[in-house]
Amino acid sequence: MVSLISKDIIKSTVKELLRLASIELPIDVKKALMDAYEREVENVPKMLLKAILDNIELAEKTGTPMCQDTGVHIVYVKLGDVEVEGLEDAIKEGVAEATATIPLRPNVVHPLTRKNPGTNVGLNMPYIYIDKVKDGFLEITVMPKGAGAENMSALAMLTPAAGLKGVKEFILQTVVKAGGQPCPPGILGVGIGGTADVAMKLAKEALLRPLGSRNPNPEVAKLEEELLEALNGLGIGPMGLGGKTTLLGVNIEVAYTHTASLPVAVNYQCWAARRATARIYPDGRVEYISHKRG
Amino acid sequence: MAEYRLTTPLDEKTVRELTVGDVVYLSGTIYTARDEAHIHILEDLRKGREVKIPLKGGVIYHCGPILKREDGGWRVLAAGPTTSTRMNSLEPEFIEKMGIRGIIGKGGMSKQVGEALVKYGAVYLSFTGGAAVLAANGIKAVKGVYYEELGMAEAVWVLEVKEFGPMIVGMDAKGNSLYEEVEAEVDRNILKVKQKLNI
Repeated sequence: MVSLISKDIIKSTVKELLRLASIELPIDVKKALMDAYEREVENVPKMLLKAILDNIELAEKTGTPMCQDTGVHIVYVKLGDVEVEGLEDAIKEGVAEATATIPLRPNVVHPLTRKNPGTNVGLNMPYIYIDKVKDGFLEITVMPKGAGAENMSALAMLTPAAGLKGVKEFILQTVVKAGGQPCPPGILGVGIGGTADVAMKLAKEALLRPLGSRNPNPEVAKLEEELLEALNGLGIGPMGLGGKTTLLGVNIEVAYTHTASLPVAVNYQCWAARRATARIYPDGRVEYISHKRG
Repeated sequence: MAEYRLTTPLDEKTVRELTVGDVVYLSGTIYTARDEAHIHILEDLRKGREVKIPLKGGVIYHCGPILKREDGGWRVLAAGPTTSTRMNSLEPEFIEKMGIRGIIGKGGMSKQVGEALVKYGAVYLSFTGGAAVLAANGIKAVKGVYYEELGMAEAVWVLEVKEFGPMIVGMDAKGNSLYEEVEAEVDRNILKVKQKLNI
């Protein structure tokens, strides 16, 4: 017998996911920041990374969002072979309630009038991606993303003649141009191929993959490692004030593309790489995958 | 690299002594001011309206905080810096007309802003981006608010701070910019990086 996953349980799970994501970084990100602190030798980058690590600890201890830019909310849903009630409304209501109770900063405004509804909910925001899968659960991932880093995102529609060199050159120029503005050390999400929209979507999805994981395709994995090592040689460093660590990771996702196209998209993630995932089962059980629930 | 513990309002002599790379902890009062606050204050000045915020010798903070209503007042929960470059086109006039001595932000600012720092005697202090709880820890009280109608992120919040920091002098009143120094270094490194990447 299939039982219904209620709107209430979806809403409360979204609220909890937003709380967890805003307050506590995933373990892979924390570890990468600690490693970066150890690696730096100069005073300025060491001091900046120490401030970041102190901040992470204080946020967890006080249950406060780690950054005042609690972002806008992109929500990834894997809808398994389960019955759900009012999925999209439940997510929107969860975001609005989390905004009031955690609280989160009301960031969402109309793009032209700049009117702020005060709830972080508006037309097409939170933006929800729903993928149908065959599993016996509903999986929800929230990814709050601040504007400082998101504003450094870039897309290039290269010619096939530009090739791999063109792809590398564009990624390099994007990182150089961004400098200290996206709060480095950050993570580079890269989407290669598809169409303009698919490349951008893949670039963001690449950021859902934990640091240290590699693309299953060996050639793409090699490109990830090559870019990470080389780009850290730029010396932009934490906050653009110099140092060995500009990037904590480079994650690339690929899609087949038109024979006449070579889209490359970059989505820059600041050090506060916030994400949280939970699975809701038809029996009402909720499993938090990304965080140990306190 | 020297370490300074300063109290607001700042005087010109102290500010002109600071050098890029110095570390500063600040006590006293700071005022949040980002995009909308800059636009509205400058517009009010141009229209001959009185701006009552006592910013002479003061320090502004590029920040849109998260606050919580508590006991009839406000408490700051998270208050890290926002990207300062968005205020590039407004800041030189703001420095000149409001007589501020310090700007706290992240990411650095333009050459034009650097020139205004030299001309009027002010510094740009870099607070670690995203370190919002650490910043809130240095904020002891919310003493008031101007332009509240602009919303929580854009209003001018009057914050009492104690040992607020650490901040690094990113741009000084002698014409130095740590950001420009790093950019020049990055430019020199690009060739090496390109060789590594085979491009």
